[in-house]
Amino acid sequence: MEIRVENIRKRFGEKIAIDCFSAVFPVGGTTCIMGPSGCGKTTLLRLMMGLIEPDEGTIIGMPERKSAVFQEDRLCENFSSVANVRLVCDPHVTREEIIGNLSEIGLGESLFAPVHSLSGGMRRRVAIVRAILAESDIVFMDEPYKGLDAALKKQVVSYVQEHTRGKTVLIVTHDEKEAHDLGCGILLMPANGPEEDKAPD
Amino acid sequence: MAIVLWQMAALALGRSLLLVSPLDVVIRLARLSSTGSFWASVAFSFFRICLGFLAALSAGMVLAFLAARVKTIEIMLWPYMAAVKATPVASFIILCLIWIGSGGLSVFISFLMVLPIIYTNVLQGLHSFDPKMEEMATLFGVTPLRRLYYFHIPQIRPFLLSACGVAIGLSWKAGIAAEVIGIPSGSIGERLYEAKIYFSSADLFAWTAVVVLLSIGFEKMFVALMKRSFDQMEKI
Repeated sequence: MEIRVENIRKRFGEKIAIDCFSAVFPVGGTTCIMGPSGCGKTTLLRLMMGLIEPDEGTIIGMPERKSAVFQEDRLCENFSSVANVRLVCDPHVTREEIIGNLSEIGLGESLFAPVHSLSGGMRRRVAIVRAILAESDIVFMDEPYKGLDAALKKQVVSYVQEHTRGKTVLIVTHDEKEAHDLGCGILLMPANGPEEDKAPD
Repeated sequence: MAIVLWQMAALALGRSLLLVSPLDVVIRLARLSSTGSFWASVAFSFFRICLGFLAALSAGMVLAFLAARVKTIEIMLWPYMAAVKATPVASFIILCLIWIGSGGLSVFISFLMVLPIIYTNVLQGLHSFDPKMEEMATLFGVTPLRRLYYFHIPQIRPFLLSACGVAIGLSWKAGIAAEVIGIPSGSIGERLYEAKIYFSSADLFAWTAVVVLLSIGFEKMFVALMKRSFDQMEKI
């Protein structure tokens, strides 16, 4: 089982975001997408999420249920961390489960404070828990660990690995060390447009 | 300070017909409030103006939500809202007297004055919604009801609160003006009209004070209640 991106092209006006790009992602595993700034990593993720349509090319085998940690946190500012996670959860996910997950990555002290009062790192963790607890078969993560210090990052990485076992996870990162530490497949995107197919290592 | 100046000006002028003193107004108000007809007039106007306001609040919100969702509805509603905003209130009052008589006059006028304010402000709030949040909701498959609760209601909160602050004052001003012209029996407007007929400045000032107190009181209470409801909603 795999997800195939075939000859994708995407332009925004005159600017070519992705030019004839193909790749294969294994289902049920984690893949890090790396590449220089502006090479189209976020655009590729948005195409795969179905938020934008490609000008040319197809994406085959994409699961229905998706969740994501976006580049920005995209939280409901006036609501608490618990409420933000509850927004995307199925009814069978209990309040205790949400609280347990938030507490697991150090948010136990600020469960009910509105997220606008939280620090950048705390908000990032809320967005991560939201993506993990949403009912999904694939998790997209666009620079999920930015703004986290080394110790916290280790804790959050281990939380994500623990809770995404068996799921397809695509992580966009600039940090080569981070990609190697995660021990997953790495897809290198060159600056706009390889002609040949690529597959994760 | 203003009351002291008012008292001094009234004493200097010495003619209660032109400028009644604040003390006389308080005495007149105390005397009026001890009668049953005073409270009946207050209740008559209060319920009608508030009914018009609440009806416009509901209708304005529903129309704004529809217009935000369907551009055609927004385009179709625009000339009506623009016309209601620009038409002199006196024209509506006379039209209403011809159509429905004086009984429901203040309800109708209050409704008409408030509707475009609520509609315009709520629509502006809904239009300012961050499309990135819409994307997030689409990706996670958030239900329309949850979108309403988590996104749209908090989104319109500041717009709605500021609109209500303005609209309540306007609904009282226009509602009472309509009553003075239409003279529905037993209304505050009728009392003001009588004050004019009998050159009773004390009555005019006393009833004006009543209207100001009712308007400010209702505005403060209603806005506080709305803020509390919004806060409660966000504490889940």
